[in-house]
Amino acid sequence: MFHLIRILSLLLFSSVVLTAEEDYALKRENMIRAIETDVVATSIYLDKKALDPRVMEAMNTVPRHALVPIRYRSKAYLNRPLPIGYGQTISQPYIVAIMTDLLNPQPEHKVLEVGTGSGYQAAIFSRLVQQVYTIEIIEELGMRATKDLAELGYDNIQVRISDGYYGWEQHAPFDGVIVTAAASHVPPPLIQQLKPGGRMIIPVGSSFLTQQLLLIVKDDEGNVTTRQILPVRFVPLTGSH
Amino acid sequence: MNYTQLQSEPRPPRLSVAVISATVLAYEILLTRIFSIVQWHHFAYMVISIALLGFAASGTFLALRSQLVDRFNHVYITNLILFSIFALPCILLAQQFAVHPEQLLWDPAQMIRVTAVYLLLALPFFFAANAIGLALMRFRHNVPQIYSADLIGAGLGSVAIVGLLYLLFPIDALKVLCVFGFVAAVIAGFELGFNRTHISITVIIALSSLIVFSLLPAAWFKLSISSYKSLSQQLNVKDAYIETERSSPLGMLSVINSPTIPLRHAPGLSLNTTVEVPEQRGVFFDGDSITPINAYSKRENSVYLDNLTSALPYHLKQLERVVVLGAGGGTLVRQALYHGTSSVTAVELDRQIVKLLREKYRDFSGGIYDHKSVDVKIKEARGFLEGNPKRYDLIQVALIDSFAASSAGLYALNENYLYTVEALAEFYAHLSKGGYLGISRWVKLPPRDALKLFATAVEALRRTGVVDPAKQLLLIRGWQTTTLLVKNGDFSKQEIASAQQFCKTRSFDLAFYADMPASLANQYNMLPEAYYYNSSKALLSESSEQFLANYKFNIKPATDDRPYFFYFFKWRTLPEIFSLRGRGGIPLLESGYVILFATLIQSVLISLVLIVLPLWKRMRTNSVHRGRMVGYFASLGFAFFFIEIAFIQKFLLFLHHPVLAVAAVLSGFLVFAGLGSYLAGRWQTNQDAHHLVVMAVITIGVLGVLYALVLPNLVFEPLTAAPMSVKLAVSLMLIGLLAIPMGMPFPLGLARLGERAKKQIPSAWAVNGCASVISAVLATVIAIHFGFTVVVSLAVVLYFLAAGLFKF
Repeated sequence: MFHLIRILSLLLFSSVVLTAEEDYALKRENMIRAIETDVVATSIYLDKKALDPRVMEAMNTVPRHALVPIRYRSKAYLNRPLPIGYGQTISQPYIVAIMTDLLNPQPEHKVLEVGTGSGYQAAIFSRLVQQVYTIEIIEELGMRATKDLAELGYDNIQVRISDGYYGWEQHAPFDGVIVTAAASHVPPPLIQQLKPGGRMIIPVGSSFLTQQLLLIVKDDEGNVTTRQILPVRFVPLTGSH
Repeated sequence: MNYTQLQSEPRPPRLSVAVISATVLAYEILLTRIFSIVQWHHFAYMVISIALLGFAASGTFLALRSQLVDRFNHVYITNLILFSIFALPCILLAQQFAVHPEQLLWDPAQMIRVTAVYLLLALPFFFAANAIGLALMRFRHNVPQIYSADLIGAGLGSVAIVGLLYLLFPIDALKVLCVFGFVAAVIAGFELGFNRTHISITVIIALSSLIVFSLLPAAWFKLSISSYKSLSQQLNVKDAYIETERSSPLGMLSVINSPTIPLRHAPGLSLNTTVEVPEQRGVFFDGDSITPINAYSKRENSVYLDNLTSALPYHLKQLERVVVLGAGGGTLVRQALYHGTSSVTAVELDRQIVKLLREKYRDFSGGIYDHKSVDVKIKEARGFLEGNPKRYDLIQVALIDSFAASSAGLYALNENYLYTVEALAEFYAHLSKGGYLGISRWVKLPPRDALKLFATAVEALRRTGVVDPAKQLLLIRGWQTTTLLVKNGDFSKQEIASAQQFCKTRSFDLAFYADMPASLANQYNMLPEAYYYNSSKALLSESSEQFLANYKFNIKPATDDRPYFFYFFKWRTLPEIFSLRGRGGIPLLESGYVILFATLIQSVLISLVLIVLPLWKRMRTNSVHRGRMVGYFASLGFAFFFIEIAFIQKFLLFLHHPVLAVAAVLSGFLVFAGLGSYLAGRWQTNQDAHHLVVMAVITIGVLGVLYALVLPNLVFEPLTAAPMSVKLAVSLMLIGLLAIPMGMPFPLGLARLGERAKKQIPSAWAVNGCASVISAVLATVIAIHFGFTVVVSLAVVLYFLAAGLFKF
């Protein structure tokens, strides 16, 4: 009898888990559709009508809910940033998708991330590139992300808790660098660790809202140019002048 | 003496009213200080609303519970004690409800936190207002006396708290205010003739409360700074700690040392540079804006300073006499020294940061403020230049506001007198022939700051009589900062060539100079189109007005009358931003103004629902005309605050010290209005009250308009170079002339009610409080859109309206 109750409760429990997972998957798909619509609307700044399908696939695969604080799980797939503690946030999915796409990730790439935060951005990259190196300055966040990413089985991500200013010399150069940590300037070592032809992306704004994106491109001769991208379809002028 | 005897021989408790008024006003100012530290400046507006809400709610409460006046003595003292008991815990608790303005936009549930903060903070004000309101009801034949004690006490309180904030940290000043609340209660005991037992009980309650406060864990008394402010984020870094803290009414300075992961603050640094930023200490102002102190032991420490956009003027020619306005931690001073400048004047308002650099961080900073070529002036920027006959080769205005707060629109409500047309004209007038004015701002997308500054410079040059401003302007930009140079003379070909070279080696873009080819505009830091170049050209063209009207942000030049440089919001753009909210559009919203407006709507709604509606029926009486009575006290509530707020700003430009100006104007208005109230009580016996009100209003009208129109040219300008003591004396005299009549209409109205419908006194108190709640916020909204002169004019109209309604 007792055995039967155990089996029944196990079945019941697993069905609840399954329903929850299905629910998250549904929400994730809705999120993807919302991002696709927004990208079309913002195409004038992005120079494209759709993001790389591989990026969208990664966005549709990574369980964002597993990387946000439990109290915000129900909101994980809303297109908005969420607090993760320590005055830090997990960026809104739309911004994550654009930033990932702008870095043009390829399967053979090595990517460096400065500012691990929740680990979500690293998790997205891990589905797209060969190896992700990510550095977090806040010890508690770094440890939490290490644990969460390991539990999700993302084994091509290395997390280090240290100063991101000097990058990760040992694994340099990188095909792509993403700096999500607030910095008053772009650390010169990070530019040096970028491969010729490599790309660096930096969200600029307050800790809660990304105002604009800075894309730094290093050409084959090592010259650096930047593109400033407003991730929203908004033209500052109306009428003629 | 028993209670019955006391009732037959009432003696107004003027001293305790004065002490509690002083304490409450000090508490309000302190609260704005604390909220500027734990949150942002615009929360100060919420605090003012909260305080006045407490006062207005008390009026409603007293109207509904008017029988409390029969037990005046005990209820009065009880409320004084309750204020003292709740003043401290309410603030400590309120700051635990972390409210983040940006999160408010995403998460409406945050409003619950805001409401909790409102209710908690309104409580101490409610108790204090009960005490004062009851005194007005109980001593209705002595209203002018009570009211004058209230105003004079408040005036002295505003000066006292400023003095106290020079001596103590805000949280310690708060403890002192609790003590003063209890002192008011004990004084009241004596004034009301309480017996020894009752006074002893009051003292015991006071002492036990203070003992309980002193036994609370020290951690509870720490200011809980928002986790989204720069200071909190820096403290999250491993081993970072606050090395030193200083506090004054100007703000709180926290110096951070981050030994393991060094602080490196170098906004605008060229992407081409490989030099490292030297070791730094970060000085955070009110937990947010940062000014670094750079370690200096060798010249190499300063190389990075040559790779900022602000270094441009040093590459155009050798500059001998340089002024840095807002020198702070000395970065731009060091930049000038690095470029071989022989004379640098560092102008800094905050004495504490200069002291830090001259004492604790003297060795660390290489003794920058004691350098033989550096002259430090503790002055406000414009105050330093006004009346100063010297001319300079370069006047640099430091970039001190934080990008995060700036980009989120959190400075929208800060009055700023550095970036107005008049300010730029003043700076320009102090340039030597061929000298430069250099101002750096953040790059925002879509562009705002730099374009508004450019438009301001164009307007300032035109006002100065420059026919072709284009030839005297040069704008460059990196990915993060822009630097605008305004030259006293036309830029030469040689200078333009040097600027091109400077930009090329650092991958900065030229954004504007006269006859600049469009092909040079968007080379290194590429934007979807050459916004800065195109917009600068448009701002100089004949259709500039059209361009300003069509631009989706407000980039019209700020003026001294509308000193809101950081106000970029346009209502017209709101629907578009709102429709883009789910598509990354929220950051386009300048939230500071929106929060101000939300506060205004909220104040109106709360006032209507909690105060006006419950009282409306009760105000029905045959003795007075309800509509006229409400109109009279509401007009006075609006008008008094409008004038006070507007003249704080006007005198700020004369005294050139924000703390002194606020303290002098606030206390001046309150004390002299108190005197006016006292005089009204005395004159009332000989003259018809209505006649007195009319005379007072005419005086206010004439002086108000006269001040608004002629003060700057006829009084302020001739006295520019006068010593501060003379300026203060003149200010107080001018304020006194205006404030004395301003103190008369309110107590005369209450006295009239006391004669005809005494039960309506608390209702009038509540209506006046309501109007005050709204006026504090409304004055800023009006000033942003129409300027402070309009605020004063409206106040005068309202005073005349009140005079017309007096016979209610």
